Amino acid sequence: MICLGIEGTAHSIGVGIISDENEKCRVLSNVIKIYTPEKGGIHPREAANHHALHLADLIKESAEKAQINFSDVDLISFSKGPGLGPCLRTAATAARALSLSLKKPIIGANHCVAHLEIGRGTLDDCSDPVLLYTSGANTQVIAFAEGRYRVFGETLDIGIGNCLDKFGRTVGIEFPCGPAIEKLANKGKKYLELPYSIKGMDIAFSGLLTMAEQYYNNGEKLEDICYSIQETTFAALTEVTERAMAHTEKDEVLLGGGVAANKRLRNMVQIMASERGASFFVPSKDLCIDNGAMIAWLGTLMYNSGIRMKIENSIIDQRFRTDMVDVSWRD
Amino acid sequence: MTKDTIIYQGAEAKICRTEYMSFDVVQKRRISKSYRIKHIDDRLISYRTKEEAKLMIEARNHGVSVPTIYDVDLKNGIITMDYLKGKRIKDILNDLSEEERARICKKIGESIAKFHNNDIIHGDITTSNMILLDDKIHFIDFGLGEINSEIEAKGVDLHVLMEAIDSTHSKYSNCFDYVLEGYKKELKENANLIIRKIEEIVKRGRYR
Repeated sequence: MICLGIEGTAHSIGVGIISDENEKCRVLSNVIKIYTPEKGGIHPREAANHHALHLADLIKESAEKAQINFSDVDLISFSKGPGLGPCLRTAATAARALSLSLKKPIIGANHCVAHLEIGRGTLDDCSDPVLLYTSGANTQVIAFAEGRYRVFGETLDIGIGNCLDKFGRTVGIEFPCGPAIEKLANKGKKYLELPYSIKGMDIAFSGLLTMAEQYYNNGEKLEDICYSIQETTFAALTEVTERAMAHTEKDEVLLGGGVAANKRLRNMVQIMASERGASFFVPSKDLCIDNGAMIAWLGTLMYNSGIRMKIENSIIDQRFRTDMVDVSWRD
Repeated sequence: MTKDTIIYQGAEAKICRTEYMSFDVVQKRRISKSYRIKHIDDRLISYRTKEEAKLMIEARNHGVSVPTIYDVDLKNGIITMDYLKGKRIKDILNDLSEEERARICKKIGESIAKFHNNDIIHGDITTSNMILLDDKIHFIDFGLGEINSEIEAKGVDLHVLMEAIDSTHSKYSNCFDYVLEGYKKELKENANLIIRKIEEIVKRGRYR
């Protein structure tokens, strides 16, 4: 079966085409365009306009790269949520139009679950992982338990990517700030004490953000602040992930989301995994960030397990939580 | 008994059963983590060991059942305490009768109220951190706890338990209502303020 998936939850609009082969996911194409605001954070309407502008071309491009005709597509999948309303609606509208014109079924997929499933679908031996999902908006530790993907830990205030972006904006780094902060952090030497806030398996970053900004205002070196932010937040993320692994008694850990591109975060989680005798997995970069292929793959899993969606029910859900998904494709 | 057997390997510490001055004890030995820099590692290990011992003693002083502490080693992050021959609530809760489950959960709520009455925040109230022995709920692992009088802190403390019950005992999520029932009974301040705070914390989470 060939599925075309459209992702549009936040600043990225992506179209991916996949086929399912022996219960694994083969990515045929995965094209992405990212909206970058001139200044400040994401403006939902501007982002949606950006998506609308590029979506038709991306759909064409995805079919060309996959070397298929649109008549080969068996299923259309879209990101149902969670995310920014205008962005979600743009992606869903395109999906409906495709579904109607190609006369193919449509299905709406949960964005967070898609991040986990693409790891299971594309990586050998990754079967029952704990996912550390770190992006701009989302910071969650997700694992399968008692029939659902459950959130064992998550941020109590802002996502880690948002924390990095907010700090970056304060000090004049361009969005997205993560990669620039990583470069600066590599040059940092002095550790500046920052709040390390863990509540059970949940985590909070806003106090740390305030203190980091104070260090900047007090003239501390930017490199040292970035180094201290990374060391503190990533250690806390690694710790909550390890707690979830111990709690659920799972021995696989998977990274997902844009912040998973950070080498120091990868390194920390990898060390943690090897010290526990657990396996460490991270999808390729284009499958880590928001992308259409993961939406296509989750749509395929849902469809194959018997889930159907009528076009009149193909509505979006800005607050579509991970644990609301009925996981009928797993035992 | 063989000397020095690891009975549980958690994320943060090893729990070893051993002998200490001829007592049957467990040692909570915090593990140094090489994924984090030494500065953070040292700070977390010694701070958490000290806080944990302090909170356990405080809790005991206010009538909460906790293991007796024999020794605290801050440098190596080791707390030596009584071995409790009981059962983890996590392992038994799903198999109890409805009536018994309600009774145990109310007791849990009462105990939490006892330490909250004295501004003791446990920090990680899950059913893995409670041991049933002699029909009393013993609390272990105060490693993420603190002294804090704020409603927010007490609300977050209970919210951790709510999530743990939702994820680990999802078929019996009314357990948390029983916990709150016991909690209300024993709490000296207005429990409704804290319960309202829990609702607020849930809504504060993403996509609620």
